[in-house]
Amino acid sequence: MSDLSTRERIHPGTAPGEDIHLEILGEGDFATAEMKLSIGPAHPATHGVFRIVLEMDGERILGARPVIGYMHRGFEKLAEHRDYRQIKALVNRHDWLSGFSNEMGVALAVERMMELEVPERAQWIRMLLAEWNRILNHLMFTGSFALELGAITPMFYAFREREDIQHLLESATGGRLHFTYNQVGGLKIDLPKGFLRESARLSQVTRTRLRDYKDLVLGNDIFQARTKGVGPLPPEVALSFGVSGPTLQATGVPEDPRVTEPYLRYGDIDVPVPVGENGDSFDRFYCLLHRVEASLDIIDQIHDHIPPGPVNTKLPKMVKAPEGATYVRTENPLGQLGYWLESDGGRTPWRLKMRTPSFSNVQAIPYLLDGVLVPDAIAVLGSVFFVVGDIDR
Amino acid sequence: MGVMDQVELPKPIRYVFNWGRKYSLWCFNFGLACCAIEFIAASTSRHDFIRHGVIPFAHGPRQADLLVVSGTLTDKMAPSVKRLYEEMPEPKYVISFGSCANCGGPYWDSYSVTKGVDQVIPVDVYVPGCPPRPEALLDGIIALQGMIQNESLKERIAGRRLDPITLGADAPLALEN
Repeated sequence: MSDLSTRERIHPGTAPGEDIHLEILGEGDFATAEMKLSIGPAHPATHGVFRIVLEMDGERILGARPVIGYMHRGFEKLAEHRDYRQIKALVNRHDWLSGFSNEMGVALAVERMMELEVPERAQWIRMLLAEWNRILNHLMFTGSFALELGAITPMFYAFREREDIQHLLESATGGRLHFTYNQVGGLKIDLPKGFLRESARLSQVTRTRLRDYKDLVLGNDIFQARTKGVGPLPPEVALSFGVSGPTLQATGVPEDPRVTEPYLRYGDIDVPVPVGENGDSFDRFYCLLHRVEASLDIIDQIHDHIPPGPVNTKLPKMVKAPEGATYVRTENPLGQLGYWLESDGGRTPWRLKMRTPSFSNVQAIPYLLDGVLVPDAIAVLGSVFFVVGDIDR
Repeated sequence: MGVMDQVELPKPIRYVFNWGRKYSLWCFNFGLACCAIEFIAASTSRHDFIRHGVIPFAHGPRQADLLVVSGTLTDKMAPSVKRLYEEMPEPKYVISFGSCANCGGPYWDSYSVTKGVDQVIPVDVYVPGCPPRPEALLDGIIALQGMIQNESLKERIAGRRLDPITLGADAPLALEN
């Protein structure tokens, strides 16, 4: 019979490099040794190939370390080898759920450097499609966050709406995810006939169906029990990490470049910004869902504003940005997207630095995961909305 | 695999056997990038590949027959794909979904992207597009099912043993050459 007064290792480490063992204390209590748990890079709870290494004491997380780079594709370097027309096909792939907003950011940067005047109609259409793209993105996260918490139905609901919206956008742009519709100086082509009528109808339909999500997910007792009070983020911490988008708005900070620093024609319309109170997982999801409603409000306003006229400007054969640099800040679906574009006067950018929202949002994850339980970690990871390609670029 | 890779099944039995196999493909989605979104779209109600007998709820590679690599494979990720593929039981099939998985796609000149998943694991069906539409995935699956219907398992396993693709122990040698 073993002596229980001394610590005894009853289960030696099983995996190489990992020390997993239980210890029995003298009084008969279990004590757990610190354990490292690597979630990812291919794990269903971390959408995409995000990897996070958790240091745990039993079920409680003592420290979390995100390991990024599994999706690093070298966008910033590749952009230096593509000319200004080709970049848009590249940048709409780094955050693959918000392709339109990405390519719009680069187009705005190049136009600002070339001092091009974009036709008014093109600006309004850009806003319209960017808002539809925002809804597409948020619907995806509505489905995937609920899926990570164990509910599969919202995913099917979300994709019902997504397919309709993608069909609408495809009629104008020809793409389902990557639209490549912007070009320097405006848009590729004008909207097809009947687009605005269909857009207005779909806006109505989506608004009615949004009630389903509120009942099904937001009003669900299990959902509320799993998310309320889980992973609260104070506003000052969020700001110090550079968190933006719905994750920041959930903390009560109504920061949105569409309001504070309007680009395109966002200054002419009313942009609602939903805010949360506690900054917990529930508030983050609340803000996400209400941003869909805000986008629908914006879409309805845009329908009344779109003027007739041309949608693009005549460009020289070779698009060359003059020597200099500029920084464009736009509100991407997941937060603030910044492009620092530096040109030496050639056909390609000299440097394109990206400030992507997911990268900054993910920095807050070690803070949020400190001291929470493993099941809550899934609720936290799902509610800090990120796209892995947007983290790693 | 037991006896299946040792003896050639009689033709009628092989027909029924393959018919059963092709309509119960448990699918492991290795979702990497944009194409994973279109894979999910293919599995939801509009396109719905479950009606073709593809079940996207395999709990892991050990329960899966079909691996769909959807998205950009980076050099950092490549060993994981290789390992997941090796964890799958025979007979196993791979669909490379999207330009990135086929050949590197828009990142053909990137320093960190593997130019095609077929450099790491053998691929049965390539689905082109960036990203391909869900219909393209359905087409790829039907092509794979046609392949399964007509194949001989013994020949497939025998061919697999002669497979030239290796990674790990042989990798340093390959680098020297």
